[in-house]
Amino acid sequence: MSLLAQGALLAADNTVPTGEAVTFWILAPIALGGAIGMVLARNAVHSALLLVCTMLSLGVFYVLQAGPFIGMVQIIVYTGAIMMLFLFVIMLVGRHTRDSLIEVLRGQRLAAVILGVGFAMLLGTGLARGVGSVTAKGLDEANANGNVEGIAKLLFTKYIFAFEVTSALLITAAIGAMLLAHIEKKPGEKLDQKVLSRNRFTKGNYPGPKSGPGVFATSDSVATPAILPDGTFTERSVSKVVPARELTLTEARPKATNGNKQDGEIR
Amino acid sequence: MTPDYYLILAAVLFTIGAVGVLVRRNAIVVFMCVELMLNAANLTLVTFARINGSLDGQIMAFFVMVVAAAEVVIGLAIIMSIFRSRRSASVDDANLLKY
Repeated sequence: MSLLAQGALLAADNTVPTGEAVTFWILAPIALGGAIGMVLARNAVHSALLLVCTMLSLGVFYVLQAGPFIGMVQIIVYTGAIMMLFLFVIMLVGRHTRDSLIEVLRGQRLAAVILGVGFAMLLGTGLARGVGSVTAKGLDEANANGNVEGIAKLLFTKYIFAFEVTSALLITAAIGAMLLAHIEKKPGEKLDQKVLSRNRFTKGNYPGPKSGPGVFATSDSVATPAILPDGTFTERSVSKVVPARELTLTEARPKATNGNKQDGEIR
Repeated sequence: MTPDYYLILAAVLFTIGAVGVLVRRNAIVVFMCVELMLNAANLTLVTFARINGSLDGQIMAFFVMVVAAAEVVIGLAIIMSIFRSRRSASVDDANLLKY
């Protein structure tokens, strides 16, 4: 009987609370769908947003597993910073680049999928053999003084060296990114103020502010370009939206607005 | 349901990420698949922290995130500079070191 009770206790210990199970079964499909969608999506922006879905679900999983700090860091650092950086670069670079359908290595895609299935089976058997019999101890004891305090205590005592090395890594990464993204300009390539203003006042450029459409013009239409003080038309005063067009003969004819049919008749 | 389910989910996510790296040709999407693999590894670390009852797993996940942030910064800068010189973000086009 005691053995049975012990077994029941063990089983009860190993299962998670119902709320957590419900959350898991809701979010796990979302995480999986996001991951699969990310690989399948043709558009890189869609890929990024689907990956954000997966990462948010994982953040919730961390919070569920007694790691509120790491869950929040996941949401802030991964979905907030890293994925937004990805979106920036996609907008700069890869939004229009599509996957080429030419296989450089013959049968590489099929091989990749077979490899993936094999890898999944390997992981699955490993998991099936390795876990299932273990009991989760739970983090109640470690989190007794609060999760953040527990992590801080470990981070600044046991892992202090790794923490310090991390700062060196981050500085190196920042300098590396600056070096890689920097565009070196040749000495004569950068225009200084003198050259810029000389270019602005050369003949043919009108340096002053442009007058609006219709100013000094022969018509009050918005399509009529303004006349500059030197008597020339300035095309820049007409909005690009307004199409430059000429009236057809029919349109230019006087309309029959005065009851005079003869005027408006189209012959 | 036991915490092992998290490990199974992480394994599946890792596999999807690995297949994505092999299948996709857009360098940025390949990079996102690498991020997915890192995230799956993080999920196992956090789950192991819970199973073992110590916070070391969560600290490791934290360090993985820091390294991932640095890696993303450098990786995206490299993709940017390759795109600038070759006008392409496809991994097939960067083949100057071939042979």
